[in-house]
Amino acid sequence: MDTHLTYAETLSREPRKWLMTMAIVLICLFLLAWSASAMQSNSTGGSGLSVAKGIVSGILHPTPSLLLTLGDDGVPYLLFETMAIAFLGTLVGAVLSLPFAFLGASNIVPKPVSIIIRLAVMAIRTIPAFVYGLMFIMVTGPGAFAGLLTMSTCSIGMLSKMFIESIEELDRGIIESLDAAGCNTFDKIRYGILPQLMPSFSSTLIYRFDMNLRDASVLGLVGAGGIGAPLMFAMNSYRWNDVGAILLGLIILVLLVEWVSSKLRTKLMRG
Amino acid sequence: MRRNDSTSLFDRLFKPVTYTLSDGHQVTQKRSRLPLVLVLIVVATIVSGEVTGFSFSTLVRRIGYFFVILRDMFPPDWAYMPRVWQPLMDTIKMSLLGSFIGALLCIPFSVLCASNLIHNRFVTAFFKLFYSVVRTLPTLVIALIATYIFGLGTFAGTVAIAVFTFAYCGKILYEQIETADMGSYEALEALGMGRLSTIRYAIWPQVFPQFISTVLFCFEGNVRYASILGYVGAGGLGLILNERIGWMEYARVGMILIALFITVVIIETVSSYLRSKLI
Repeated sequence: MDTHLTYAETLSREPRKWLMTMAIVLICLFLLAWSASAMQSNSTGGSGLSVAKGIVSGILHPTPSLLLTLGDDGVPYLLFETMAIAFLGTLVGAVLSLPFAFLGASNIVPKPVSIIIRLAVMAIRTIPAFVYGLMFIMVTGPGAFAGLLTMSTCSIGMLSKMFIESIEELDRGIIESLDAAGCNTFDKIRYGILPQLMPSFSSTLIYRFDMNLRDASVLGLVGAGGIGAPLMFAMNSYRWNDVGAILLGLIILVLLVEWVSSKLRTKLMRG
Repeated sequence: MRRNDSTSLFDRLFKPVTYTLSDGHQVTQKRSRLPLVLVLIVVATIVSGEVTGFSFSTLVRRIGYFFVILRDMFPPDWAYMPRVWQPLMDTIKMSLLGSFIGALLCIPFSVLCASNLIHNRFVTAFFKLFYSVVRTLPTLVIALIATYIFGLGTFAGTVAIAVFTFAYCGKILYEQIETADMGSYEALEALGMGRLSTIRYAIWPQVFPQFISTVLFCFEGNVRYASILGYVGAGGLGLILNERIGWMEYARVGMILIALFITVVIIETVSSYLRSKLI
């Protein structure tokens, strides 16, 4: 290599990627133009602005009675119910996704099996939450129970994907050395596998709980309990002050849970 | 953090075990927190079970009804496919445009969040809080509000997806900016470059590939999400999905879901290939 290059020479040796860049930009522009073609909306006839004003003032002036009552229809109880749904939903979802996780990890089962399991997980993920909601309402009737089951089914996709990743990262060396030390299968699982999986599994679960709490409003659509249903009712009947109260409660709760969960997860990751 | 030096409350309540080794040294082992965590989880499970009315017997007895709708979906109504194309394309277009707008919008806001670029702590804290609040708003609620403001149709859905993408990608982007290597930034600053061009030449090349990867990942999820936005009238696949469910035409619902599944698989494969190329 000739090391005595001037700056200009070095600069001229920079790989010329402008053709590639141009092609990518052109493709992106084409895709954007293509997707802009579908944009249409039935004009609301100028009422949009007044609705926006109503929403903003409603969120700024939430109904105090709704926020502070402890009864069945007050925000505190609804939030509590939503948290219960999210918690049990995450737990049941974790139990449901464990078999998928172990059967989908390519270091445990042969490749074809893991591919089939992964496709199955993808298929489970594709069905939208409200379709599951309808299915579970047939099982349990409308209410929080249906919401919980919907939430756990919707969690399977993401949970098993993350579980699979942490299982595939398992360090085989530890298990082999336990083997060499004469441990039996139970010892190997207890001291070799569980300590490796627990931190990442619990971190995933805490994260999913966070997400489930956020997604809880979807359940309200199909009448599956939680804070979503009152929120949707309030929005459909333009009671913006009630909407403001519910949203305020939800925002505060989610921010709080997010703060706690990120603290817990950094603690778990540091060991 | 402050607790690190002194013993935590847990260790003061449950004293660590002290072992004396054969050479006379004493070692202490902290008590496991597992029992406490287990007790908390069990209590939370019981309370949640009470609140939600969880019952195993109902579940076992009536789980068969879960498959009633699922069974009706097969065989899917293949003849319905020609009428699925248009909404399916709408869904893809909505998520494409929404992801693009959201990703573009979040760049300036993320710069304002990054504490290594903006030295005013009030400004960074304000914009971080802004991101958190936007992220707590459920996408469906944003979509519903958007249909009130912009009218029914794909535009409302695009707005909802843009807002979601904005909040999601923005948070990841500002975290990446904050962990970027500041050496080249300082070097360029020392050369007398302006604020914007320093960011352009020192920070941007570091975060760009990762950022595009985040946006692609978000886009994958958005296609899935866009399909439920139609439920509140925000256009796309959800519109006909909701309609067919209302008419209980489950064979057609099955067709819609299969079309969505194949689309999602294709998009995820392409996007994960692109992402593996990026990093």
